[in-house]
Amino acid sequence: MSGVFSPTRAKIKERTLRTDKWWLQPAITFGVLFSFVIYATFRAFEGANYYKDHLISPFYSPCLSEACVPEATIFGWTPVSAEIFNFALSPALIILIFPLGFRMTCYYYRKAYYRAFWLSPPACAVAEPHEKYTGETRAPLILQNAHRWFFYAGLVFNVFLTYDAILSFKNIEGQWGHMSVGSLVLVVSSTLLWFYSLSCHTCRHTVGGRLKHFSKHPIRYKLWTWVSVLNHSHQQFAWYSLAGVAFADIYVRQVATGAWTNFYFF
Amino acid sequence: MARKINLRIWRGDATDGGLQDVQVEANEGEVVLDVIHRVQATQMGDLAVRWNCKAGKCGSCSMEINGKPRLACMTQVAAYGEDETITVTPLRAFPVIKDLVTDVSFNYKKAMEIPAYEPPKDLKPGEARMEQVDVERSQEFRKCIECFLCQNTCHVIRDHEENKKSFAGPRFFIRIAELDMHPLDILKNRKRTAQEEHGLGMCNITKCCTEVCPEHIKITDNAIIPMKERVVDIKYDPARMFAGLLKREKRS
Repeated sequence: MSGVFSPTRAKIKERTLRTDKWWLQPAITFGVLFSFVIYATFRAFEGANYYKDHLISPFYSPCLSEACVPEATIFGWTPVSAEIFNFALSPALIILIFPLGFRMTCYYYRKAYYRAFWLSPPACAVAEPHEKYTGETRAPLILQNAHRWFFYAGLVFNVFLTYDAILSFKNIEGQWGHMSVGSLVLVVSSTLLWFYSLSCHTCRHTVGGRLKHFSKHPIRYKLWTWVSVLNHSHQQFAWYSLAGVAFADIYVRQVATGAWTNFYFF
Repeated sequence: MARKINLRIWRGDATDGGLQDVQVEANEGEVVLDVIHRVQATQMGDLAVRWNCKAGKCGSCSMEINGKPRLACMTQVAAYGEDETITVTPLRAFPVIKDLVTDVSFNYKKAMEIPAYEPPKDLKPGEARMEQVDVERSQEFRKCIECFLCQNTCHVIRDHEENKKSFAGPRFFIRIAELDMHPLDILKNRKRTAQEEHGLGMCNITKCCTEVCPEHIKITDNAIIPMKERVVDIKYDPARMFAGLLKREKRS
């Protein structure tokens, strides 16, 4: 018997005496994240319906595979083979490890999924079901320390997705200066991704958090204070950007399959 | 206006114990510690409860109220429904001594393991000078009243007694962060010892420490995560390790 049931602790048989709905938040988190994972997996393997009339799904950008629709590539650059070991590789599978890695190692998402999926703990002062616990000290969880590498990769992805959002200001004939609902969706999605990345704890550390003397680095101190303001809402940006990316993909897919028509404002 | 409330208090010691129901009067504006004192004065003369300032500043009356780690002197009775039973137990992460009093000496042992502030060798008394922006971060951590609610709620030790030997806990991570961010502290290996000796890597940042802190110190965001990032700087960042190697090569 360990933990709250250890011999020296107060003898209380309940795992928790909390009377509030402590299970609600992890349950919602589980439901939303699980739904996203199922949808993202389906889309990653689908390998189709990711491009239509200058709109590209964020799940497939940058499109680097020889299997990519030519218009979805960056100036026709396709350095990755369409097959690996005779297995047709969806263009999304090549790149998704980076945004996925960034979110999986994100300090906020760690809290969310450790609570909701691993119940470690399910909520504060609610005894977890595991016999042993070593935290992030050994494989595979020690890999959480790679967060900053995914952060750097995430910034590069944000540049590509911003470029995609700019390209969406073309009409079907390829003329600039037009805007559709799709443009709006991609702009909102990429903007939310910038906010999510720039509010990240690693970003906060990189711009100035690692310093001992703020007074000797006034510009980095200023940057740190700005990022700190964003960092307060990192959790919100994590959810909003996830919803933004999911909706952008759904929108592009619906337009690509012909289910929805991309309405042009001008 | 006074009203009767249902209170359930854990009574016992390390060998045995259980919850006992009492009815007690509560006046408007009273906190849980007030009604515990009334029970002690009128119904349970030998009820053990640790308290001191009754102002949320000494950190003595830490206990669990309806399962949540809280200061009894800062918890309004009115926060609970009229028909709701208020259950009061001792902290569940530490050995119980009697009734609501626990043995928190684990924390004092851990405090002694943290290396003290180390100023530059040539700094004479009265010569220390620091800019406000350099000390602001550390000042947040100085608000700690050592109530040990963060230690109590941290599942690393609450749910795993065996981790107590290798895990200092959130209260001491803010102490380490405070010193590591201190502009005049010259001790070089705080980051490494935080990870290798004080168990920083065991924290999975589920933020319960921040949730229960009565001083609203952002323990996770401002101390633990920055310390984890500092550990990444020295242990898990190949680019910085390579740059450091080049620097040393250049110097030699």
